[in-house]
Amino acid sequence: MLGKTAGGLFWMFRYLERAENTARMIDAGLRISLTRSSAAESEWTSILSSTGARAAYETAHGAPDGPKVIDFLLRDPNNPGSILAGIESARMNARVVRTALTREVWEAVNECYMVLKRLLAQPIEDRDLPRVLQVIRQRSAFVRGALHGTMVRNDIYNFARIGTFYERADNTARILDQKYYILLPSVKLVGSPSDNVQWDTILRATSTTRAYQTLHEGDVDPRAIARFLILDGRLPRSLAFCYGKIGDNLGYLEQEYGMRHSCQSLADALCAKFRSHDMNAIFDYGLHEFISDFLRDSAALGRQIEIDYRFIE
Amino acid sequence: MAADQKYFDEMFGHGATARTPYADYCNWFHHEDTARLLAKSEEAEALFRLIGVTFNVYGDPDATERLIPFDLVPRIIAAREWAKVAKGIEQRVRALNAFLHDIYHRQEIVRAGRLPAEMIARNDAFLPEMIGVSPPGDIYTHIVGTDLVRTGDNEFFVLEDNARTPSGVSYMLENRETMLHMFPELFSKIKVQSVSQYPRSLRKSLSACAPDACNGRPTLAVLTPGIHNSAYYEHAFLADQMSAELVEGHDLRVVDGRVAMRTTKGYKPIDVLYRRVDDEYLDPLNFNPDSVLGVPGIMDVYRAGGITIANAPGTGIADDKAIYSYMPDIVEFYTGEKAILKNVPTHRCSEPDALKYVLDNLAELVVKEVHGSGGYGMLVGPAASKKEIEAFRAKLEASPGNYIAQPTLALSTVPILTDAGLAPRHVDLRPFVLVSPDRIDITPGGLTRVALTEGSLVVNSSQGGGTKDTWVLEE
Repeated sequence: MLGKTAGGLFWMFRYLERAENTARMIDAGLRISLTRSSAAESEWTSILSSTGARAAYETAHGAPDGPKVIDFLLRDPNNPGSILAGIESARMNARVVRTALTREVWEAVNECYMVLKRLLAQPIEDRDLPRVLQVIRQRSAFVRGALHGTMVRNDIYNFARIGTFYERADNTARILDQKYYILLPSVKLVGSPSDNVQWDTILRATSTTRAYQTLHEGDVDPRAIARFLILDGRLPRSLAFCYGKIGDNLGYLEQEYGMRHSCQSLADALCAKFRSHDMNAIFDYGLHEFISDFLRDSAALGRQIEIDYRFIE
Repeated sequence: MAADQKYFDEMFGHGATARTPYADYCNWFHHEDTARLLAKSEEAEALFRLIGVTFNVYGDPDATERLIPFDLVPRIIAAREWAKVAKGIEQRVRALNAFLHDIYHRQEIVRAGRLPAEMIARNDAFLPEMIGVSPPGDIYTHIVGTDLVRTGDNEFFVLEDNARTPSGVSYMLENRETMLHMFPELFSKIKVQSVSQYPRSLRKSLSACAPDACNGRPTLAVLTPGIHNSAYYEHAFLADQMSAELVEGHDLRVVDGRVAMRTTKGYKPIDVLYRRVDDEYLDPLNFNPDSVLGVPGIMDVYRAGGITIANAPGTGIADDKAIYSYMPDIVEFYTGEKAILKNVPTHRCSEPDALKYVLDNLAELVVKEVHGSGGYGMLVGPAASKKEIEAFRAKLEASPGNYIAQPTLALSTVPILTDAGLAPRHVDLRPFVLVSPDRIDITPGGLTRVALTEGSLVVNSSQGGGTKDTWVLEE
């Protein structure tokens, strides 16, 4: 496979994952602005920060304002990280790697783009927003479904998966990076309505509310939420789960290519951290520091993958 | 539908009853509901858009990806009509390859006085870098698109020989797929020769031209200028169908005397490169130094026998419109036979007598730029306004050597489906020919292009042309 193709697959699935995650975050922001309008502004600020769009937003629009933020995240041409721009980039990468994709995967991503381009041609009214967010999640799920159902399990599939999990872990980590303070054990306000809403937002932004409740029998506890999102290997959006998958896929590449690369050592080191640390150790080390370390190590891993598999010269 | 008496209609001839090849189709058509067919038309368009069978229009920011309109009335050719056309194409393509070999070696045809030396020496399409170079298998034009027009029951003319990088074959294949998808019942009634083997034949044909440097199964790649190129869809389609890599210049470099592509496992040598990049951009070290589309040093590898480039660099000399006028001589010189397919009579404006005739008869003639393509820079006299003709006259007088002129042919029509039912439109045909050392393979039919505007003779997709599925019937 061409190095360029591997890179195109990696990025195609990163962009798709990112667009889907942005939709989840808008959903969470919308929820909080409907239920607790006093907290809305800081919530939108935190969402803008998580998606890396805060500076661009403030340059264009100043203080965060719900409808403007939503439009910015969905479709504003000033935002290169908007959902629409992300889907466009995913589709452009799909065109570059078209020969590596099955017809089903290509059609799913092309249709995703055509549908969203039409849907997001105009600003979205509040009452249409839930439906639009649902279409985004659905269209993105179609691509994933086509990938699982039709693609041969070879290096092409592995690079697609690595892109997906890399981006997903990055997203979960960025949400935690914004919200770590409400998960600290020192914040002993358990049961206060303020924190319940905040915790709920974290779960909502990662679409894990129901999974959390099922596995924890409804007991909402910040330490358990942190553990869930970082260490729980059963949750497909946890850091531990995503890095387990990245490690697996790099391992399949090693088998197929008969070559071990240094990016694998970086991934292994991250996986080992999730295995060896329990939540107490992480809190002792400092939750914020742990997340910052993770974001730094993950960026280094991304660069090393790009070099090892020759995405670019 | 009543046929226009002025033009030969392939469905109805000059009358009102269907010609034999169309009999079964017309029978089917008359039992169909036009509204249902028009709905099918929209279905086809949605399908094309989903698959992404689009082309880019340069300089049009609002429509970066457009569909070529597809008309669902097929163009039908009888087996015996096709057999004769195919024989003529084969003869012509053989002559083209012999001509190219000769032009880059001893130039016997010039020595024999059958072609003026200045036609070669002062021709930009002639590549001095190819002098004395023999490509692997001695094949120059691996893929040819011989454009044909029809004017009567038995009258076919070659309009041009596309010997560089003819495009459109993906439309031929997708049009057939779409028809099979939409009208399966038609194909069970009417036996149509298959075209779907083309990608396999292309792979086989290119593989048969692998260079000596090749070890074992040849590695093929398609070189594209990138996703912004107007034919990118086709490049990706062909690479996919041939299981070849789709590469761009920046994926390639010369490693150990071979052209190699950057893979996830390191650099891998390419044996046969099907390039969809023009000569000029192929090698910044040998040609245009500003090109970022090509591979620095590829020409040196090529001359040393390290890679096959398809089509060979320098084949443009054979489809040059000024050389075109010599094709009957060229065919006769290299095959020893009269040309089976006719040339359109061509006036070379570089010759004073011809120029005078052309200037006196501009309103009747089609004038083309010698190096033009895509229907640009061309005058269709009978369709042009006085003002357009006068503007063109000035250009022609300024540089007559840049132009040739031909009579306006009474191009045949094939009906298209309109809201008001069938309506005749002018068509041409681009058959696709594969050349390898042991055989010439012609896909039955080809791409039919149709001028969708009533009365228009310009079929180019960049200027409002559409396409049709082309059926060659089984014997």
